Amino acid sequence: MTDPILSLKGINKSFGPVHVLRGVDFDAYPGEVTALVGDNGAGKSTLIKCIAGIYTPESGDIFFNNEKVTIHGPRDSTALGIEIVYQDLALCDNLDIVHNMFLGREVKQGFILNEANMEALARQTLDGLSVRTVKSIRQTVASLSGGQRQTVAIARAVLWNSKVVILDEPTAALGVAQTEQVLNLVRRLADKGLAVILISHNLNDVFEVADNISALYLGQMAGQVKKKEVTTSQVIELITTGKSTPFSGVRS
Amino acid sequence: MSVTTEAPVTQGPSLKAAFSDYISRVKAGDIGALPAVLGLVALCAIFAGISEFFFTSRNFANLLTQAAPVIVIAMGLVFVLLLGEIDLSAGYAAGVTGAVLVLLISNHNVPWYLAILAALVVGMLFGLILGTLVARLGIPSFVVTLAAFLAFQGILLLLAGEGGTISISNKYILAVENNNLSVSQSWIFYIGAMGLYVLSGLNRINTRRKAGLKTELIKLWAIKTIGLVVITFVGQLALVAERGDPPRISTKGIPLIVPVILLMLVIGSFVLNRTAFGRHIYAVGGNAEAARRAGINVKKVRTAAFVICSGIASIAGLLFASRANSISPTTGGSSTLLYAVGAAVIGGTSLFGGKGKMRDAILGGLVVAVIDNGMGLLGYGAGIQYLVTGGVLLVSAGVDAFSRKGANAS
Ligand SMILES: Nc1ncnc2c1ncn2[C@@H]1O[C@H](COP(=O)(O)OP(=O)(O)OP(=O)(O)O)[C@@H](O)[C@H]1O
Ligand SMILES: [Mg+2]
Repeated sequence: MTDPILSLKGINKSFGPVHVLRGVDFDAYPGEVTALVGDNGAGKSTLIKCIAGIYTPESGDIFFNNEKVTIHGPRDSTALGIEIVYQDLALCDNLDIVHNMFLGREVKQGFILNEANMEALARQTLDGLSVRTVKSIRQTVASLSGGQRQTVAIARAVLWNSKVVILDEPTAALGVAQTEQVLNLVRRLADKGLAVILISHNLNDVFEVADNISALYLGQMAGQVKKKEVTTSQVIELITTGKSTPFSGVRS
Repeated sequence: MSVTTEAPVTQGPSLKAAFSDYISRVKAGDIGALPAVLGLVALCAIFAGISEFFFTSRNFANLLTQAAPVIVIAMGLVFVLLLGEIDLSAGYAAGVTGAVLVLLISNHNVPWYLAILAALVVGMLFGLILGTLVARLGIPSFVVTLAAFLAFQGILLLLAGEGGTISISNKYILAVENNNLSVSQSWIFYIGAMGLYVLSGLNRINTRRKAGLKTELIKLWAIKTIGLVVITFVGQLALVAERGDPPRISTKGIPLIVPVILLMLVIGSFVLNRTAFGRHIYAVGGNAEAARRAGINVKKVRTAAFVICSGIASIAGLLFASRANSISPTTGGSSTLLYAVGAAVIGGTSLFGGKGKMRDAILGGLVVAVIDNGMGLLGYGAGIQYLVTGGVLLVSAGVDAFSRKGANAS
């Protein structure tokens, strides 16, 4: 078994009196999709925001490529090669696809934006992901459908030779066809060798694309298992009770 | 590949495709400059039809110098409006910085260029205070700048002295709103400016073509460019014609303020469209949270926009001083600020943030000035002028809100 590229150990995070994450361990592996599941309020979004540097955990360690790292802000996680696609899409409606993909990391020539270069790179990335549904990459994001917006957000995340891509409920608002499209995209990311972390409430989706499943229950890691070794009902038990009838193998 | 709901649309390079592209942009909430341009042309046609004096070259030149201060304030406001914020104090910021300029030159014998610099610094300091209060403390800009509106008015009163005006006779300062380029200079300027505009357009198309990207439709670009050349050529002819009272006084040539404003347009547009900072302003106005997550320092961007806005207001202060030979306690007051906000919005800048351009300030500023000027010529009083300007502003803001609703519905 390969080592995890990203590994969290004993993460604790509170908001005032609310202890949201309680000693959470979590691993993600290159080339694999790790699904992070759990009921509403289990702490999934909070956990990935700790990875993103939006929140700083009170205690616990983060290891990247077996090295202990500190993440104090979005820039730190980005520098490591961690990209997050948020539940509430972090796109600017008034900017076009290229602008959104390069937001905060514009390609410049001196201090002038190199639009041609950015557009070519954006085109390349979208082609590399076999995205063919957008008409023009110079149209504003406001004019895109939900699936297209999700695609842009994901493409933005892989633009930078990132190593870990985290997707927070990427299919929550999508119809059947668009969900299928995005799940395909998720699979392709892992096949390209990225470590993909997928947050989802939809166990069908999870069982379709994931290699590993990690279940959070009330802020605690109830279990990190391989998809092949569990059944849907066992995962549901983990999500709803934090325990489960014995299954063949627990990783770590 | 899985089933897709949207079939990929291939676009032939035709005017029809460009038109449908425009329609989809309008649907997405981006109506562009067309309504303001058409409105401006229509207004000019109406006034020219009713009043003979409206289209004289004297009135035209007058209109430009009249519109200049409001246009300049509006240019600064665009930066703040792009963030979805407002600066109600920009008018009086112009008044105060104008007073600083005049006092330094007239009372303290400071060289004019140092005085301009000092006024600019004062303006930027004002902006820094406003921006810090808004961005760091999170006080709504409406409240902060409303307070500043009162405070700056107070400072101006103190500087000018109750009821008094402070006057200026420095020829460089007065030149800005009163002098004209000579006829030959005017032609050199016109041909040079048009040449640069065409070259930069060709250059842009060429760069994109070299990079193997879809280029703007040459035909469409040519139509736009020719349109611009024709309209500005008419203006140019009007401006080089005699508008004085020969043989006593001969006045002709482009007012000096025109190149000044065009220079500001070029610099401002460059900052907004070609630099990362400009892109970040649009991003913060479009979705501040997304900008923050993209690693953009949102507070810094916010603060900087206010610094720019008040800094540019100091240039308007100079124009006020230049135009009136003086600064009074009401300079930059009454309807100045509202006209400037109105100008930006009429030009196409959104009050909701994220949408707007430097040129909006000029287009909208001209609309406001044309209404003011034309209604005045027709003998309507200030009452009717305000009513009409208010109506136009309401229509523009309505179009903005409506197009925004359309964009969100998609
Ligand atoms: N900024 C915050 N301040 C206070 N409490 C918070 C904050 N963010 C999250 N919480 C609380 O932390 C808990 C976990 O929230 P989180 O958003 O991580 O859940 P989640 O697993 O992502 O849920 P969902 O599936 O609904 O997205 C919830 O009880 C929530 O109320
Ligand atoms: Mg969540």
